[in-house]
Amino acid sequence: MISSKPTTQRSFEGWILVIPALLLLALVFAYPIARAFWLSLFTENLGTRLQPVFAGLGNFGRMAGDGRFWQSLQNTGVFTLLSVTLEMLLGTTIALVLNQSFRGRGALRAIVLLPWALPTAVMALAWTWIFNDQYGVLNDVLLRLGLVHSSINWLGEPSLAMLSLVVADVWKTTPFISIILLAGLQSISPDLYEAHAIDGASPWQSFRKITLPLLMPQILIALVFRFAQAFGLFDLVQVMTGGGPGGSTETVSLYIYATIMRYLDFGYGAALVVVTFSLLVTVVSLAARLLRKSANLLLSDE
Amino acid sequence: MNNVQSRSLIFKVILTGAIGLIALFCLAPVLWQVLTSLKTGQEILAIPNRYWPQHYTLDNYTVLFTDRPFLRYILNSGFVSLASTGLCLSIGTPAAYALARLRLWGQQFILAGILVVTLFPYVLLFLGLLEILQALKLGNNYLALIVPYTAINLPLTILVMRSFFQQLPQDLEDAAQVDGYSTWQMLTQILLPMTTPALVTTGILAFIFSWNEFIFALTFITQDDLKTIPVAAAQLSGATVFDVPYGPIAAATVLGTFPLVLLVLFFQRQIVQGLTAGAVKG
Repeated sequence: MISSKPTTQRSFEGWILVIPALLLLALVFAYPIARAFWLSLFTENLGTRLQPVFAGLGNFGRMAGDGRFWQSLQNTGVFTLLSVTLEMLLGTTIALVLNQSFRGRGALRAIVLLPWALPTAVMALAWTWIFNDQYGVLNDVLLRLGLVHSSINWLGEPSLAMLSLVVADVWKTTPFISIILLAGLQSISPDLYEAHAIDGASPWQSFRKITLPLLMPQILIALVFRFAQAFGLFDLVQVMTGGGPGGSTETVSLYIYATIMRYLDFGYGAALVVVTFSLLVTVVSLAARLLRKSANLLLSDE
Repeated sequence: MNNVQSRSLIFKVILTGAIGLIALFCLAPVLWQVLTSLKTGQEILAIPNRYWPQHYTLDNYTVLFTDRPFLRYILNSGFVSLASTGLCLSIGTPAAYALARLRLWGQQFILAGILVVTLFPYVLLFLGLLEILQALKLGNNYLALIVPYTAINLPLTILVMRSFFQQLPQDLEDAAQVDGYSTWQMLTQILLPMTTPALVTTGILAFIFSWNEFIFALTFITQDDLKTIPVAAAQLSGATVFDVPYGPIAAATVLGTFPLVLLVLFFQRQIVQGLTAGAVKG
């Protein structure tokens, strides 16, 4: 390399280019998390006239006996598991279809991209309208097809409300998974399939032996991203059910928001942030490690 | 018809069916909102549902502009999104270049950090940010949204732009150095014109994320005339719970999604590129 400048100066210039971005990231991401860790050690609510009073680990002790917290954690878990599983299955199917060659493929790709690009809070209104118990089009279609005999109160029954949220979330985020997986599919050489087909393999066999293992990196990335997003889900629930009926769809993020903004319980809210953050970090790093191992196994098996 | 032919025919039928179902699944909720927004109040509440409006009306839209300041909300969203996108590109691009080409101490550490923060749900951040805004008296100020939006778009911008810079041939920069360009001059005068396609890609993604953001906009802006469209639409309500303005709500969702529908139609290739580069290269 022809370089007239000493490396130290290049490195210095590099830092000048990077530092504004790092400072901004520290301000918006690192500081609030660090601040939550500090604030979680204090009681700061209406009871203390919003003055911080040192409480040690008191907030975390309170959390252990807080049924509403455990309920919200369970709701979040159920929602995440259901929605991410469905999204992976459907996302893979859509990616496989988009990977075929047919007329209007570009148009279909744009259509598939649409739900991902639209504002979640706004489309939550659209889904609320679809699931409306009196005038909703879903009930109307089901009645006309004779699948049900009376209108269903989708957002008014605990398990149905959860199901409705999952459906809306699957609609909204499956495109993201399809696009990521499609990129992976397109990088797989068609020669591999031909060779495999000559050996007499069925399409299902070549899907399992070629497509799935080679797609593992993309599947892994999509899973980790989607897990984190589903775990922190806020807009959709806030607009569609507000956590109801009776707290049956209240996710951890909704509980955090209510604790801070409605009950003005800042210390406890910070403790909830700390626990949610730690859970997220733990699960993501565990999942990433586990999945990488299984991916390696699959690949070495071939 | 032999076996192979009939097999490929079955495949074609299944494929066509799948294509139709996928298109219906993705479009139906949006189309239903469009249809609802064009109906009169009476038709909206008709049981059984009337799918196609018999009397098309734009009343639901005019109400939003006369009774409520929806033009203002749209302009707010547009301004905040454009400002944060511009800021994000001008801060993120130099950083991406440095991370692609200049040897930095702790570079792997920085990149890992940038990747990890993309996984943080925003609900974990708003308390700390709210305190900062209160201390700086920036609540109900466009900056309260522009600065966080710039930051949440930085990771993707840096990852996509970095992978773009890595694909550029190194010769160009070596030649520029021999000619006595400083790193900054080289970046702005030689590389920037070449990066326009990548800037468009990342800019569109940043714009979409900023336009759609909800929790910060809900929390940091309480003054009505500063609200962005997702919050304004979600807060539309009638005088009582029995008087929900379904028509105007449908019209508001159409207005709030329309700019993004256009973006997807015109820039779908760039969006797909950006998404995959950001996720796969990272």
